[in-house]
Amino acid sequence: MPRTTTLLRSATWACALWAVIALAPAPASAKTEIHFWHAMTGQLGEATNELVKQFNESQSEYEVKPLRKGNYAETLTAAIAAYRQKQAPHVVQVFEVGTQTMLLSGAVLPVYQLMKEQEIAVEWKDFIAPVVGYYSKDGNLYSMPFNSSTPIFYYNKAAFQKAGLDPSKPPQTWKQVEEYSKKIIAAGAARCGFSTGWPSWTMVENMHAWHDQPFATRRDGFDGLDVQLLINKEFGVMHLGRLAAWQKDGVYSYGGRAGTADPKFINGECAMYIQSSALIGGFTRGVKFQWGTGQLPHWGPPYNKATSIIGGATLWVMKGKPAAENRGTAKFLKFLSESNQQMWWHVTTGYLAISNTAVKNLEAGYHFKKFPDQFTAFAQLTKGKATPNSQGLRLGNFVQIRDVIEAEMENIFAGKKATKQGLDDAVAKSNEILKEFAAANKR
Amino acid sequence: MQRTVFRSRWLPYLLVFPQVAVTVLFFFWPALKSLQLSLYRVSPFGDHMSFVGFENFAKLLGDPEYYQSVVNSFVFAGGVTLLSVGGSLVMAALATQKIRGLSAYRTLLLWPYGISSAVAGIIFLFIFHPTYGVLPYFLSFITDYEFNWLLKGWIAMALVVTATAWTHLGYNIAFFVAGLLAIPGAVLEAADVDGAGPLRRFTAIVFPLVSPITFYLVVLNMVFAFFESFGVIDAVTKGGPGDATMIMVYKLYKDGFIGLNLGSSGAQSVILMALVIGLTMLQFRYVEKKVTYR
Repeated sequence: MPRTTTLLRSATWACALWAVIALAPAPASAKTEIHFWHAMTGQLGEATNELVKQFNESQSEYEVKPLRKGNYAETLTAAIAAYRQKQAPHVVQVFEVGTQTMLLSGAVLPVYQLMKEQEIAVEWKDFIAPVVGYYSKDGNLYSMPFNSSTPIFYYNKAAFQKAGLDPSKPPQTWKQVEEYSKKIIAAGAARCGFSTGWPSWTMVENMHAWHDQPFATRRDGFDGLDVQLLINKEFGVMHLGRLAAWQKDGVYSYGGRAGTADPKFINGECAMYIQSSALIGGFTRGVKFQWGTGQLPHWGPPYNKATSIIGGATLWVMKGKPAAENRGTAKFLKFLSESNQQMWWHVTTGYLAISNTAVKNLEAGYHFKKFPDQFTAFAQLTKGKATPNSQGLRLGNFVQIRDVIEAEMENIFAGKKATKQGLDDAVAKSNEILKEFAAANKR
Repeated sequence: MQRTVFRSRWLPYLLVFPQVAVTVLFFFWPALKSLQLSLYRVSPFGDHMSFVGFENFAKLLGDPEYYQSVVNSFVFAGGVTLLSVGGSLVMAALATQKIRGLSAYRTLLLWPYGISSAVAGIIFLFIFHPTYGVLPYFLSFITDYEFNWLLKGWIAMALVVTATAWTHLGYNIAFFVAGLLAIPGAVLEAADVDGAGPLRRFTAIVFPLVSPITFYLVVLNMVFAFFESFGVIDAVTKGGPGDATMIMVYKLYKDGFIGLNLGSSGAQSVILMALVIGLTMLQFRYVEKKVTYR
């Protein structure tokens, strides 16, 4: 039966072909793969991939595979789901508000421990304090700082000029912000004075730290899980009350959560803007008018001045991987922390360089002389007086708490609730959430 | 009616197996899982699970914010259903007139259904966004009133209702067009001869005759608005401003997947499921009586 034979023969060929195709990539996988999940998009995503590429080319044993898993919250959710299925990546980028969740998860290998196990020396002392403090427990660093930033003040120099203000002098106090805003609006240089990105982070969390006010009990949550918020006290009510009043006369213009207010500054609608220092890179390319930066405005006495706090994300190492793979992870993280990579990352993205050596090298290379705006964030974090109120926040379910705070800010700005009432409600709801977190993490 | 007789005893079971398997795997299994989850307090990584009985439910039922999300859901679902079923009936009536290029119109009317709800949300965002939207820009020349739904809750709600209803129009229109075409021309001609105007013809003949379809669409749109309206809300308002557009399904997503409070999220999905089942049963019991099947 010739037909059957032909059929059989072609089937054999098909099998052989399939086997060749299936087995072909085998030699390439001799390198140990390190999976790295992150949430960086656009220009930041490109910079992240570039760093990974440099690491992969710098050695031949390991290959880091970067994968964008969505925004910060989605990346964390994906990592948790993968961990529960025992499919976790080696390294996952988690935003600062997820720190407490990760610390108590029992699913991570602390970075300091990883480096000790792999006998890779890292000069921990060289890292800048406000960054390390946010991610350390009992003096040990638990996750590798990757992209850290702090909110700074941006202003439109062209609008300042048009309003008869000195474009080389950003306002230093909130009183000046108000005064300048009114001049700018009166001169028709912009429709509104200022706007803000990440409302809770810039206007509540950072404003409390910057004015040396406690955000929550138990040393902002660092000392225990039985935490309660303190944002409905005198300072919080005063500051939010001013914002609400300014919202009415156009001095302030609320532009939504996360970065949705960015266009207000970019298209010239608002002359001043408070947002992450990491926007410097994007603004340098995308903003058409002359702009400058300054430190965050302060209310002055009776409030002290401390430092601002950081935001951004760190890289967490998931536990349960073989030691040989952990070695690759450790080398990758070590590579990222080295001064050359830190300098490149800072210059490219505007995120902070995390080691003092890198900052010194940048200074020696006149980088900050050439780009003074890139020094604003360092000055704000390191030149001020660090206090227990400015070291950062450690709250469970912080993502939900931020949501609660921002929802109440919207109610206050819309005039639906009085300032004190809105903040009281935010505190009551947040305390419930904190209680829930403490109960879920009881051992 | 002809009754199908299978010779093999197993064949019918084999034939329904795929459908049953899909239902069990993708409906009953997750439903049971969330029922189980709703009785536990779970840590984000799932390493601590403690049985808490009905505590998750008790917490929700004592939380005014949860009731607000229930109210929001009814406003949202009611608005979406009214707008998309009503709107599509009108459009279908127009699309069954004798006009030139009829099939082109009908095809175009179906298009919105092919757009995923997230994309629809983004389109609405680019049109209506207070900062970079096209419409507020032109409106600012005419009126001083700011359509700022980043702060004004009712505008945000109107926006997500319109966007969701729009994505549904195509589907509803397809059903209505079919229903309207099935109405015998002789009946309408007879009414015409009796001196009934277009409006009277519609209320006395057309509407009762398409009432089974209307009923089906109302139930379907309602269920859709409760369960699957996630994309538009996520793309446009994310539940804000305040909690003005926080509907039940979005809240349970946010608490479960962003807030990592899986126990409460499980309880919320059980409540939502019970609510929609109850609602559908009510509709079948009371509203269906007014429906004339031919």
